[in-house]
Amino acid sequence: MTAEHDAETRVDAQTDDLEEVAAGSETADGVDTSVHSDETQPNTEGPVEEVIEGDPDAEDHAETASDDHAGGTADRARGSSFRVRAGVLIGVLVALLGFAIAVQVRSNSSSDSLSGAREEDLIRILDDQNLQAARLRQQIADLQLTVGQLQAGGDRNSVALQQAEQQLAALGVLLGTLPATGPGVVVTVTDPARKLQPEDLLDIVQELRGAGAEAIQFGGVRVGVSTSFTAAPSGVQVDDAVEQPPYVVRAIGDPKTLDTALNIPGGVAATARAAGGDAAVAEMQRVTITALRQLPNPKYASPSGR
Amino acid sequence: MIAAIALVVGIVLGLVLRPTVPSWLEPYLPIAVVAALDAVFGGIRARLDGLFDAKVFVISFVSNVLVAALIVFLGDKLGVGAALSTAVVVVLGIRIFGNAAAIRRHIFRA
Repeated sequence: MTAEHDAETRVDAQTDDLEEVAAGSETADGVDTSVHSDETQPNTEGPVEEVIEGDPDAEDHAETASDDHAGGTADRARGSSFRVRAGVLIGVLVALLGFAIAVQVRSNSSSDSLSGAREEDLIRILDDQNLQAARLRQQIADLQLTVGQLQAGGDRNSVALQQAEQQLAALGVLLGTLPATGPGVVVTVTDPARKLQPEDLLDIVQELRGAGAEAIQFGGVRVGVSTSFTAAPSGVQVDDAVEQPPYVVRAIGDPKTLDTALNIPGGVAATARAAGGDAAVAEMQRVTITALRQLPNPKYASPSGR
Repeated sequence: MIAAIALVVGIVLGLVLRPTVPSWLEPYLPIAVVAALDAVFGGIRARLDGLFDAKVFVISFVSNVLVAALIVFLGDKLGVGAALSTAVVVVLGIRIFGNAAAIRRHIFRA
């Protein structure tokens, strides 16, 4: 095999390779015909001149270029058609490059940067997001706990408030600062001879208290812890008010018990009868006591804690 | 000249057509662009040196792109994709700078 033949076949191989790259813009037959027709045209450039380029495989080319000197006219003709197609190829490639640059710049500047991120970056981002979600969930749990505690505290407070209100109502009724209603008795004490002493009237109140009366009104005065009975010219002075016979005493409590307590032998009713008067006890299903007392305001005593 | 026109045509086409990059291509496109830029700068330098060869240019262009993409692909498979693509960009960047320096010496004689 001569050197010339060798070079020619090698050039042929080159053209075939390039045709593959060029994606079949020209057929192999087309190459042959063009080669024959262009054979006589002068050709100053071609494979002969391919020497070096700013490229790593420049050395290989330096070798092949020296071989190509033996190519002859056929080689030059092939080089001419090769140049045309190479120009087209370069144009296509550079156009592709421009296209790719534009596309990449556009896709890079678009907001959806995650779609182009690589797997490990995505995993890192996902981890970050998961961590953040866990932190936020922890925060939610903490806050929910706080909400529960506050609600429980509110419940305790409302229970305490309810108890305090109940206490206030009970104490108000017992102290005489609130009006009261309920079953009880109305005692009407007559004393035409004016012989009943304040002690006798106090006995009525004591007897009623002893029988469990919860609220007592003597005439127009609500009976409280500090109520006093004092003699007065026309009757009896209860606290600041002077009461005259007949005395009407209203008491809230169990009517039967109160009635019994007042009518025991030698009791209040007997005393009144002995004095020439009477003590009529009427059991009522509903006795209403409207007289009120001022809330005592202790000057010296204060709660001493529990 | 043809190459410059083709570059402009390609950029205009890319801007006008607004194609979306398929997701499998996304990691490789920037590297491929840088590799191609390296080949283009090498080609310009060779042109200025009077040594330009179309075949070398075409082959180096294609092989640069393919090798760069292959390296990134391998890196992704090996789990060092980010580091390897950085490495490729650095190497290609150095080459581009070298070629640019040669071009500069040619044009400005400095």
